[in-house]
Amino acid sequence: MSPFVIITTALASLGASKLRTGLALLGIVIGVAAVISTMSVGRGAEQSITERIEALGTNLLFVRPTNTGPLSASTLTIVDGEALLDPLLTPSIVAQAPEVSTSGVVVAGRENTFAQIVGVTPEYEFVRSYSVSSGQFITNEQVVTRDEVAVLGSEVAETLFGFRDPVGQTLRISGRQFRVTGVLESRGGTALGNLDGQILVPITTAYYRLSSQRTTQGGIAVQAINVQVEGIDSMDKAIQEVTTSLRLRHRITDDDDFTITSQEETIETLTETQETFALFLGAIAGISLFVGGIGIMNIMMVSVTERTREIGIRKAMGAKWRDILLQFVSEATLLSLGGGIAGAVLGVVLARLMDGREIIGQNFETAVSGDITILALAVAAAIGLFFGIYPAARAANLHPIEALRYE
Amino acid sequence: MVVGEVSLVASAAVVVNNMSEDQAMIELSDVTKVYNIGTIDVHALDGVSMSIHRGEMVAIMGASGSGKSTLMNVLGCLDVPSSGRYMLDGLEVGALSGNQLAEIRNRKIGFVFQTYNLLPRLTAQANVELPLLYGAGNDRKRRASEALDRVGLSDRMNHKPTELSGGQQQRVGIARALVKDPSILLADEPTGNLDSRSSAEIMEILMELNRDEGRTVIIVTHEPEIAAQAPRVITMRDGVIVSDGPPETLGQGATAAAGEAQQ
Repeated sequence: MSPFVIITTALASLGASKLRTGLALLGIVIGVAAVISTMSVGRGAEQSITERIEALGTNLLFVRPTNTGPLSASTLTIVDGEALLDPLLTPSIVAQAPEVSTSGVVVAGRENTFAQIVGVTPEYEFVRSYSVSSGQFITNEQVVTRDEVAVLGSEVAETLFGFRDPVGQTLRISGRQFRVTGVLESRGGTALGNLDGQILVPITTAYYRLSSQRTTQGGIAVQAINVQVEGIDSMDKAIQEVTTSLRLRHRITDDDDFTITSQEETIETLTETQETFALFLGAIAGISLFVGGIGIMNIMMVSVTERTREIGIRKAMGAKWRDILLQFVSEATLLSLGGGIAGAVLGVVLARLMDGREIIGQNFETAVSGDITILALAVAAAIGLFFGIYPAARAANLHPIEALRYE
Repeated sequence: MVVGEVSLVASAAVVVNNMSEDQAMIELSDVTKVYNIGTIDVHALDGVSMSIHRGEMVAIMGASGSGKSTLMNVLGCLDVPSSGRYMLDGLEVGALSGNQLAEIRNRKIGFVFQTYNLLPRLTAQANVELPLLYGAGNDRKRRASEALDRVGLSDRMNHKPTELSGGQQQRVGIARALVKDPSILLADEPTGNLDSRSSAEIMEILMELNRDEGRTVIIVTHEPEIAAQAPRVITMRDGVIVSDGPPETLGQGATAAAGEAQQ
């Protein structure tokens, strides 16, 4: 039999019982649609995480003190950060920006909100790729004079001041009055916390006026030092330099009292989590695809039994084992491939509909990609082939006389 | 598989060429067919020997259980003998595999069934095309319509079986059997489900095919008046042939068989 005849015969058989064909398709349609839409959500989340983290500034290292206990003093100071600019010990480091963070209730007029308050230096602006939408960033002068000024994240600004321009207004943090000197461009993002919900103040102000911790060596204890490296290729070298420098300064002979994480690692950790989640969802969707395959097998078994006489007639007319096998295998494969195509369309539509929408408090971003769609289609066809072979072999193995006699 | 087909056909052709004109097309020698039903062996055919020549028209008669259906299955290459030799066109059928039997059925045998066995979803034309799907061949549409024309149904080509009368359906069945131009036309109770007028029509077509086109026609029936229309009648009972000859001898054979049974 020619492939054309096989396919037209299969299509005619499937078309003869449309309702049943439709129901058999449904399992595969749902399975493929589920696989494509969940994988798209997973891909989308992964992409947006990567984009957001990269938007923080590339070539970044984060140096943090090792947390030895809730009562122990922080071991990383602002002086450690300044030491990282030594051209001899740490030549790969371009810039550094320490941060001191705390949190508290912020009040402006009758509005109040709970915000993360980050004490920063002017370098923070370009090391972390911030930009100011109005007013100006924290200045060196303000750091030196421990000025009580604040630069607001866009969300905080909106919460406290609505549509008014916050620059020049005042607000209270921990009972102290602060003057708003700038508002940050919106960053969005959940990957490293909500950056729009932050309030930036001079690092000295944060340290001396809003918190009261001290290091054993004196100086300002910081929660993190953001280190900008000259290039992505120098990351490993830079980690080495920072480690050496800090170990020397801290006179460490055994374990480091700090940890260094790179942007890369942060992305990896987060995308790994995301991938695990996507894989889990994909596995569930895959199970529904498998169940769809069993549905096809079931329908094919019924079909073979029902068409026993037809098989007998075809065999009497000279159909060989292979002819009957191919007829039923191609029916099953076309069935699930058809379901796969319908499911792919449905899945892509679903993914598009979900894109950028908030569903159960989650902001979905989806990325439909060709490889997922092709994979899902191939899997659907393979499932049809796999689950079609057993019923088809049963049909092909029927004895012509018994099949002809079947009522 | 293709290699097998070619060699099969080639060897058949060689043997056919070596045969003299009057050599038998079908030759059975001491053919038996035993079915196992549980622990009991049923001898459906118990040593059948006969030969049928090209261009003959033969009726095989017998009551149900006489073994005539089994004989037809063997003749039609739907089944192989348990023992004995069945030569079809110089080819030993007992030695063939299932796929080779399918090939023989496709090329050499045209079946006409009591219940027509048409595929209900297909039109008359598509039903007639069916044997052409399983073998090399193009021009399916033309050959199918020619075959339908031959049985006088060219105006019903696009009708489905349910839209045709019993007699018309059987004519579609005959057209389907003819479409591959087979050596043998095997009709199993072809008039069993038909009224007497349609029966006469069908018998007329079968006899015409034998008389005018020289086709070998074998009719299996339990009706003496149908069998009597064939020049040669083989009567079966209990898996053996009890009489073989022109229909005039039918009574004698039956009497002889009855006599045997009494002894």
